[in-house]
Amino acid sequence: MLNKLYDWVDERLDITPIWRDIADHEVPEHVNPAHHFSAFVYCFGGLTFFITVIQILSGMFLTMYYVPDIENAWQSVYYLQNEVAFGEIVRGMHHWGASLVVVMIFLHTLRVFFTGSYKKPRELNWVVGVLLFGVILGLSFTGYLLPWDMKALFATKVGIEIAASVPVIGGMIKVLLAGDSTILGAQTLTRFFAIHVFFLPAALLGLLGAHFIMIRRQGISGPL
Amino acid sequence: MSNNRVSRRQFLGYTLTGVGGFMAAGMLMPMVRFAVDPVLQQKGGGDFVLTDQRAEDVTEEPVRVDFTFEQTDAWYVSEVTNSAWVYRDGDILIALSPVCKHLGCTVNWAGDPEKPNQFFCPCHAGRYEKNGLNVPGTPPLGPLDQYEVEEQDGYVAIGAIKLNTLV
Repeated sequence: MLNKLYDWVDERLDITPIWRDIADHEVPEHVNPAHHFSAFVYCFGGLTFFITVIQILSGMFLTMYYVPDIENAWQSVYYLQNEVAFGEIVRGMHHWGASLVVVMIFLHTLRVFFTGSYKKPRELNWVVGVLLFGVILGLSFTGYLLPWDMKALFATKVGIEIAASVPVIGGMIKVLLAGDSTILGAQTLTRFFAIHVFFLPAALLGLLGAHFIMIRRQGISGPL
Repeated sequence: MSNNRVSRRQFLGYTLTGVGGFMAAGMLMPMVRFAVDPVLQQKGGGDFVLTDQRAEDVTEEPVRVDFTFEQTDAWYVSEVTNSAWVYRDGDILIALSPVCKHLGCTVNWAGDPEKPNQFFCPCHAGRYEKNGLNVPGTPPLGPLDQYEVEEQDGYVAIGAIKLNTLV
């Protein structure tokens, strides 16, 4: 059945070369854990991407219940975690995945560094990778505020004060982030929400695309 | 036994698809169940709400009776005021929902001056008889819903909504 459906589409659109281009690629022996177990260090990039996909999916589902409003944010999080079926699991995936993605991205960075994979001709991909790391940290920072509990509030206060300590433009960054020069409140929450679910994910997807296109173009770096 | 032996490649394909599908399902199942929860959640309620309409003042002419209750909408609890059209049929009280069965507008008793003995919906000129039966040829496809209703200490009390049992 599925084969027939595939053939029907393929006959008209010739899609086989497209996914062959995407799926068929060489996996050299030195990065294949089946050959050398120590090659598992080459999995961290893929694991980062895998967890990122989980983050995007679980985040999409969480927004079905969450409201970015100071009156209702905490209530809605409490409701989705305790009253909705599997709420604890879905929120748990997003909560633990958020930490895990930072761990994985860090391990991936270490692997790239110690195998020297950032060297010519892959410098640009290293730069994009560092930008991706920044975007992930931005997502972690903005997501931390959204449950609107005491920990979120005070962590964000500290984070915004750190941003405010930047010379010359620190004060402007603070207002830009918090939406107000003194209050960390309603406008801060909506801003962080917008940044967390629209702006940074858009940047993330663009950079990820660039990251993957470059690795496909240049191939996996050689063995040590 | 068939003569087509499963090749190594096929076996690996099936195994990978199976294991991968199992893992994907394990990941997606909680999220999907989470998303469809409102459909499967049990709704409580159905308690009678006392109104300030004296039962002995209700005649055979439907009157609009407002009733206010505490509504829990997920994490948001608020006072909501709905209304019912209440009239007396002999000894028994009857309460009909004012929600039109066409597209959910609010119907009025004798809302159309030319049809003083019918409910009338101003949106698309849907009409109902006094017992809630939809008039054929007008947009609604079913009769008005009915409320459980009873007399408590001389006042009208409105209960759960149900399908019309009068027609």
